[in-house]
Amino acid sequence: MAESLGFVNILTIFVLAIFVGNEVITKVPPILHTPLMSGSNAISGITVIGAILAVGTGRETLTVVLGMAALVCATINVVGGFLVTHRMLRKFKKRGDA
Amino acid sequence: MNAAVVSNIAYLVAAVLFIAGLKGLSHPRSAVRGNLMGAVGMLLAIVVTLLQQGIMSFELILLGMLAGALVGAVFALKIQMTAMPQLVGLFNGFGGIASVLVAGAVLYQAVMAMSATAAGAAAGTGGVATVAGAPDLQFTIATAFSGLIGAVTFFGSVIAFGKLQGIVTEKPVRYPGEQVVKVLVLLVTIAFGVMVVLDPAQISNYWYLSAAGSLLGVLLVIAIGGADMPIVIALLNSYSGLAAAATGFVLSNNILIIAGSLVGASGIILTQIMCKAMNRSLANVLFGGVGAVVESAAQGDIYAGKVKSTSAEEVAMILKSAQRVVFVPGYGMAVARAQTPVRLLTELMEKDGIEVEFGIHPVAGRMPGHMNVLLAEENISYDKLREMDQINATFSNTDVTIVLGANDVVNPIAREASGSPISGMPILDVDKSRTVVVIKRSLGAGFAGIPNPLFAAENTLMLFADGKKAMDDLVAAYKDA
Repeated sequence: MAESLGFVNILTIFVLAIFVGNEVITKVPPILHTPLMSGSNAISGITVIGAILAVGTGRETLTVVLGMAALVCATINVVGGFLVTHRMLRKFKKRGDA
Repeated sequence: MNAAVVSNIAYLVAAVLFIAGLKGLSHPRSAVRGNLMGAVGMLLAIVVTLLQQGIMSFELILLGMLAGALVGAVFALKIQMTAMPQLVGLFNGFGGIASVLVAGAVLYQAVMAMSATAAGAAAGTGGVATVAGAPDLQFTIATAFSGLIGAVTFFGSVIAFGKLQGIVTEKPVRYPGEQVVKVLVLLVTIAFGVMVVLDPAQISNYWYLSAAGSLLGVLLVIAIGGADMPIVIALLNSYSGLAAAATGFVLSNNILIIAGSLVGASGIILTQIMCKAMNRSLANVLFGGVGAVVESAAQGDIYAGKVKSTSAEEVAMILKSAQRVVFVPGYGMAVARAQTPVRLLTELMEKDGIEVEFGIHPVAGRMPGHMNVLLAEENISYDKLREMDQINATFSNTDVTIVLGANDVVNPIAREASGSPISGMPILDVDKSRTVVVIKRSLGAGFAGIPNPLFAAENTLMLFADGKKAMDDLVAAYKDA
């Protein structure tokens, strides 16, 4: 199970991921900063995984209720975020493009 | 192979898709595909989680996701591009509150399991229940961070949304003792955070922590003015990622940590870019205004007798004989909804062989990159949209620069080392072009509240009108000229 990883291991993942993020994001040109924000925003909806775990394995009613509320909010974040980013990016055209 | 290994490998694939997707955003050509890769990664992570052992109540989960998907889709499809900052702000908030709720849900389960174990019951297995078995320090500290960052993100985003939507005043809300109040609330929040860590069994502490964090979010954002919103939205974007990462530490879940920290890094980078473009520190944006009184110089001295007013016909004549024209759009263009006539005029001029480009300041609009989206929506080719450094090199070869709805970002005062609120801010050097046409309703000041010597410059012509009307007139006059 994931929890056998131990704190240091997941801390390592956290720190390395920040560096990867730094490298990747600095290459995004200003022209695409708005889609970058809405797209990365959709990725931050990854909490949806936590919400599924809370609802799916919750043994206490309150856990399931809180999990459900989180699930709805996070899904709004994910679906809305990716969709609006797609809508925006499709508008970026170069003359001569179809 | 054990099921946990399979799901963790699937999470790894999802993480790779997220990173490759963000990499795709480095060029408009690959950006659509990049976004789709991110979406596929998310779908993969969700499906794998659903297939994990011990997941029950599928109906409930699908119901919740369906409801969320529906609401999210409606938002995403109905929103106008001008309102994009509000929407992204709101989505940040949803991400933040989800982290608060998940951490709270897991903490509650852990506390209940703890008392059950104490009573001699068998500890559960799988998913949240196992993690919840023994609340160690990682668990409690991460829970406190999830609650804190998530709550600040949610309520900060709600206020930011309100400000951008015009429900809450755009002006910074300042009051005596403001900084003291903020520090006190911060201290109270930290105190509750420490109590959550020391005594996780007292679950009410977690909710007090979230409430204090919420208040902190409101106080922080309400004190910030409309022009600084690009920075706030970028910062909240970062927080929503960090909140997700913190929830990842609560659950010891790799994909939450990776995805959350990617977004956290992204938001921080954008925040830095915006601060640099305003020549301000983040602390100054968040806590600024301490004793900073903007003195309004006597406008009469700067403008008296030097401002030249022009007409659409005259500008059309000048444009006709130009070889290179640059538009400098500001948020005022979006407010006036003048994008369409801008595109029409661009097309007309290009037909006459005039080179047309757009100079876009990093803080133009209400969020990073906002102006580019508004122009792309008008089908203006993205290779004409130039960043500040690129366009600044070309102004000396530019015959006419049309400033539309921008003010502080073209104010030459910014070049002076000190003495004004915008000193040192990088600007678009429009005054170096042969002729500058400024379309503006009056000589009124921009957000910085200071006069702009550009309006009185020798090579500047003022076209006093509403942005949309002026552009419509200009299109008509150009056709006739």
